[in-house]
Amino acid sequence: MNGLGAAGAQALHLIGDGDAHLVDIVLLSLRVSLTAVVIACLVGLPLGATIAVGRFPGRHALIVVLNALMGLPPVVVGLVVYLLLSRAGPLGAMGLLFTPSAMVIAQAILIAPIVTALSRQVIEDAWDEYREQLRSLGEHRLGAAVTLLWDVRFSLVTIVLAGFGRAAAEVGAVMIVGGNIDGVTRVMTTTIALETSKGDLPLALGLGLVLLTIVLALNAAAYVVKETAQRRYG
Amino acid sequence: MRAPSTLLPLQLEGLVFAAGGRRIVDGVTLTLDAAARSVIIGPNGAGKSVLLRLCHGLLQPTAGRIRWNAPELPGGPRRQAMVFQRPVLLRRSALANVVYGLSVGGVATDAREERAREALHKVGLAALASRPARVLSGGEQQRLALARAWALKPEVLFLDEPTASLDPGAAYEIEKIVTAMHDAGTKIVLVTHNLGQARRLGDEILFMRQGRIAERAAAKDFFRRPESPEAARFLEGELPW
Repeated sequence: MNGLGAAGAQALHLIGDGDAHLVDIVLLSLRVSLTAVVIACLVGLPLGATIAVGRFPGRHALIVVLNALMGLPPVVVGLVVYLLLSRAGPLGAMGLLFTPSAMVIAQAILIAPIVTALSRQVIEDAWDEYREQLRSLGEHRLGAAVTLLWDVRFSLVTIVLAGFGRAAAEVGAVMIVGGNIDGVTRVMTTTIALETSKGDLPLALGLGLVLLTIVLALNAAAYVVKETAQRRYG
Repeated sequence: MRAPSTLLPLQLEGLVFAAGGRRIVDGVTLTLDAAARSVIIGPNGAGKSVLLRLCHGLLQPTAGRIRWNAPELPGGPRRQAMVFQRPVLLRRSALANVVYGLSVGGVATDAREERAREALHKVGLAALASRPARVLSGGEQQRLALARAWALKPEVLFLDEPTASLDPGAAYEIEKIVTAMHDAGTKIVLVTHNLGQARRLGDEILFMRQGRIAERAAAKDFFRRPESPEAARFLEGELPW
């Protein structure tokens, strides 16, 4: 308990002082995970909407697979991306391994299924409600997908945040493809893992606090957006 | 004189719709002309709503044919509209909901807003144009659904129990709008459970029972003296199912 107390006090000091090392790590984490979320959304939201309103063979199987992929283990994603990007791998020539780009790729792969599967569910529920009306107006399926995406936009905020939370909190994938290189690919979670094993608990704890605070703040913001929008738009 | 390109008359030939081993619409043959307001009444489960959806193209018939005089082009703008019991509105302003219908209907971008405002004015919602559609009252929402349909200037308007969940005052507003649309030249096909409404809005009554048109008559004749005993008992509120 004493250890925790002392480490906690030092951690707060680090945060309070705006320790440069700590700030760099936090900023890199945010850059990597936010970029991954943007990419995952660019792929996942249109894909989710298309699957929601689409009719094609294998649709049910695809939905089952997507739902299963939400639980993709980060280390497995890391391993696969590692193999793809390693020098002997098919994409080795791009020289991306152990760069932030590799970490973005791994996290995007990790959370794209989450964004796709959850948005598919939300949009399909809306489609059930709107289908007859949209078809009555003469809307085609693609147009309906776009219309529905916009109409459920406030629910999508929560989904995007779930994706961000997953990306920011995972350690396995970024550790493998980033290599946890100091000053280059070291992010909050990999630092916490490393510093804990080294015994530098204040830094680990400080980063843990920052991570928790960011996730909490984002979720609070999403909640407020959604509630306000629901009251305003119904 | 009817121009050759109008949708109507609509001819249904031996129309059947079966689901779950039940023939919900069971061999309907009839012709709907442009002039009269047709009101379909009948007990629950008679197939009224399904018949409406078949006509509007939301359901595909199991057997039989639906022949419009000059059908809509596949993929082209629709020339018929439908208003449902529960209006389905998008999470945008009232005006944007009407504009959306116009954009799907292929109306040129710069003409949409004016036409939408005009339609809102006609249903008495001009003052609420910028309000989010989903927080309007039930009656206002249904009027907005009518405005969205009206803005498209449809040749035919199908209505599926449009006032079933509204209070009498709101229902009266809806009836006024439907009458105005009829006066402006839109063919009205209305399904209702409200016999008073059928009397007020109907030029002709189609009485449906067990998937068939059991009786078709001018409204005043139907309500004075229905020909079939089932219709007579339905009007008395006695028909057992």
